[in-house]
Amino acid sequence: MSGLLPSPLLALRGIGKSFLGVRVLDGVDLQVAPGEVHAVVGENGAGKSTLMKVVSGVHQPDEGTIEFAGAARTFRSPREAQQAGIGIVHQELALLPERTVAENVWLGREPLRRGLVDRGAMLSHTAGLLASIGEGSLPPDTRVGRLGVAQQQVVEIVKALALDARLLIMDEPTAALADHEVDQLYALVRRLQEHGMGVLYVSHRLKEVFDLSSRITVLKDGRAVATLDTADTSADRLVRHMVGRELSSYYPDRAKPRELGPVRLTVRGAGNRKLRGIDLRLRAGEVLGVGGLQGSGRSALARALFGAAPFSTGQVAVDGAPVRLRSPRAAMRAGIAYVSEDRKGEGIVAEQSVLDNALLAVRAVSAVRPVRAARAVRAARAVSAVRPGRVGHGARTARVRELLAAVELRAAREDQEIRFLSGGNQQKVVLARWLALAPRILLFDEPTRGIDVGARSAIHDLVRRLARDGAAVLMVSSELPELLGMSDRIIVMRDGRIAGELPADATEEDVVALAVGTAREAAG
Amino acid sequence: MRIARPLRLPGFRSGGLAPIIVILAVLLVLLSARQPDFFSPPSLMSFLGRSAPIVLLAAGQYFVIVSGELDLSVGSLVTAQVVVAARLIDGDPSAGWPVVVLLLAFGVVVGLVNGLVTTWLRVPSFITTLGMYLILVGAVYLWSDGAPKGALSEEFRRLGRSAFEDVPALGRIPYALVVLLAAAALALVLTRSDFGRTLVAVGGNPRTAELSGVRVWRAKTMAFVLSGLAATLAAVLIGGYSGVSFQAGAGLEFGAITAAVLGGVALGGGRGSVVGAMLGALTLETLFTLMNFYGVSGALEPAVQGAIILLAVAAASFRVPSR
Repeated sequence: MSGLLPSPLLALRGIGKSFLGVRVLDGVDLQVAPGEVHAVVGENGAGKSTLMKVVSGVHQPDEGTIEFAGAARTFRSPREAQQAGIGIVHQELALLPERTVAENVWLGREPLRRGLVDRGAMLSHTAGLLASIGEGSLPPDTRVGRLGVAQQQVVEIVKALALDARLLIMDEPTAALADHEVDQLYALVRRLQEHGMGVLYVSHRLKEVFDLSSRITVLKDGRAVATLDTADTSADRLVRHMVGRELSSYYPDRAKPRELGPVRLTVRGAGNRKLRGIDLRLRAGEVLGVGGLQGSGRSALARALFGAAPFSTGQVAVDGAPVRLRSPRAAMRAGIAYVSEDRKGEGIVAEQSVLDNALLAVRAVSAVRPVRAARAVRAARAVSAVRPGRVGHGARTARVRELLAAVELRAAREDQEIRFLSGGNQQKVVLARWLALAPRILLFDEPTRGIDVGARSAIHDLVRRLARDGAAVLMVSSELPELLGMSDRIIVMRDGRIAGELPADATEEDVVALAVGTAREAAG
Repeated sequence: MRIARPLRLPGFRSGGLAPIIVILAVLLVLLSARQPDFFSPPSLMSFLGRSAPIVLLAAGQYFVIVSGELDLSVGSLVTAQVVVAARLIDGDPSAGWPVVVLLLAFGVVVGLVNGLVTTWLRVPSFITTLGMYLILVGAVYLWSDGAPKGALSEEFRRLGRSAFEDVPALGRIPYALVVLLAAAALALVLTRSDFGRTLVAVGGNPRTAELSGVRVWRAKTMAFVLSGLAATLAAVLIGGYSGVSFQAGAGLEFGAITAAVLGGVALGGGRGSVVGAMLGALTLETLFTLMNFYGVSGALEPAVQGAIILLAVAAASFRVPSR
């Protein structure tokens, strides 16, 4: 393929990278021509961000070569990559909010005159750069903190231009943008392209990829499985490359009507600082999907139901009996379990062993009430399809071991620190921790975030199996395919309210329309 | 082609016991080279008995540090306990056991206050226990008008200075060593209990612990109470061994912290073992004994301790990185 394009700006050959024996990148080849927008797509955990970190000098490859502007290069630090002409616009912007646009652009290498910062030169240089990419209306002396996310991105890009970047890495640049801002970003990227800038565009939003890129490289499990000319490619074909199978066979079967049991959870008129007027019913055997934009209250709903950020108004009933979910312990007593979206910060104890992590909830409960814990362990058999062990304090560990096997944990040793496991295996341990308490209601917030494709479907299967065994499941997800593929019913959050409810056969457009408020609110 | 493998040195996992065992072994070899009869039973037994208080304090400090906190009040608590005991007993042989019970209760109260102020009032434990340290020092001075009053009875002091005599092979076994072994066994059981494991989780990631149903405030408060109890036992032994003074417990908090860190207990919590902390204390005592034999001034001890704590914390920061 390189023969078709004149001398590439960036050429990666056979890039390999391992962390602690886990191969994250394996023989990746990738070329970017000057003026080309080259998209990199792949599921979470496919190696996209590691590859970008290799190109931008954060990580050094174990194998392979990087050629940039015709010469073999090794970047020992981000600074070296920057100086060579590789700029990066991060997913999370890294600007100083209290400084002006110009100060941010020239941070650390301010133009000097007689030993003092030459503010005039700084401002005029910045204004020139802004004008060159059609953003002349942005005053260079504005404080960055006053700018929206889209304009901050512009500042990041100008910062790269000020360093004479010839290749720009954009990592999920639209993740935090509103629709009209996305259009502006498109225009900006096209102008950069006209200037001969190469762009490596990382995104999981296929629409953008098709709108912007000339070629697409698909990463899967650390390998570049395909490089496609965008013009000759369909979305279906791309997805097949990404997941390695047809989309339709990707999710477990939904609940059949007869599998739905009685109402497990009822919420009436509940609210708190982030939520208002929440009414919902959750039935045994059902997976209720919760969609919505970030900050819409979808996570706040799960946290309220677990007592982590409790409801201050309204009523909640579990199996018909009113409960007050004031704390996680209260929720646990009501049979509720919660898997946080922030696995590292709230899900695992990184430096404890797999077994200690799996035992945490049982220990927390039984450290105080041994009787209740024994009952919970006895009840756990009903939910999980594993052979019952002896009940009692000593048998607890054996029980949890069975659960770890039941969730198909792949860990070398159970006394291994959990931080060395993959995200998927960490999540399985967290799940086993909750199953040990035999919860009747499971709240999942982004259950497969940061988890590789194989483990994802294992988690999906587990969630469905738990529902089939009689648990009521509420699953928050920002990934529409997951939301649509897993849910028996979907509620969409907007501004702290339930904006509407959708059936299992809803489309991505239906969800998005409710989430952003373009659809008329359905009676929920 | 380079194949990366997980770094796996058995026993050398961070928080493991291997480093401290190696250090202790090296020091013991050096010591026996200089002083061959150090390993004779009488000398060894008296060394272990003498080390008992600091080992106890290190065990107590383990619980607090592994939960993510720090207890700076133990040294002044030891002093307070010794001074209070002397005044209450005032030479009365029958007052021994009731006073020990009273001291234990006092140790529990100090631990409770440390724990509740830290968890409920959200005062960093560094500050809470520093405050407690000053409060105890001041209170003891005030209560005794500037000079320790009364005296410990011989009965009370037996625990710290007497021993089972004429034991076959070993000669004499100090009561202090028996107290230490009992407390160490108890500590070991505790660290393996639900409480002990959830305590490590609390230090490792309090958010996760809380969201898994652990009452973080309770676990941390318990840790401070255990530290207070350990300080009380240490005070009883120290009172017997070295008598009553305002200096009885001076500097012991830093000794205990240094010992724990040297034994692989990570400051900030979540990692380490109680055996490591206790071996750390023995290592420290061995080092000081060694310095003594080599004629190094005892005045250097604080400086050495300071250097050790800096080195140990720096060494602990070189860990296998996560993904």
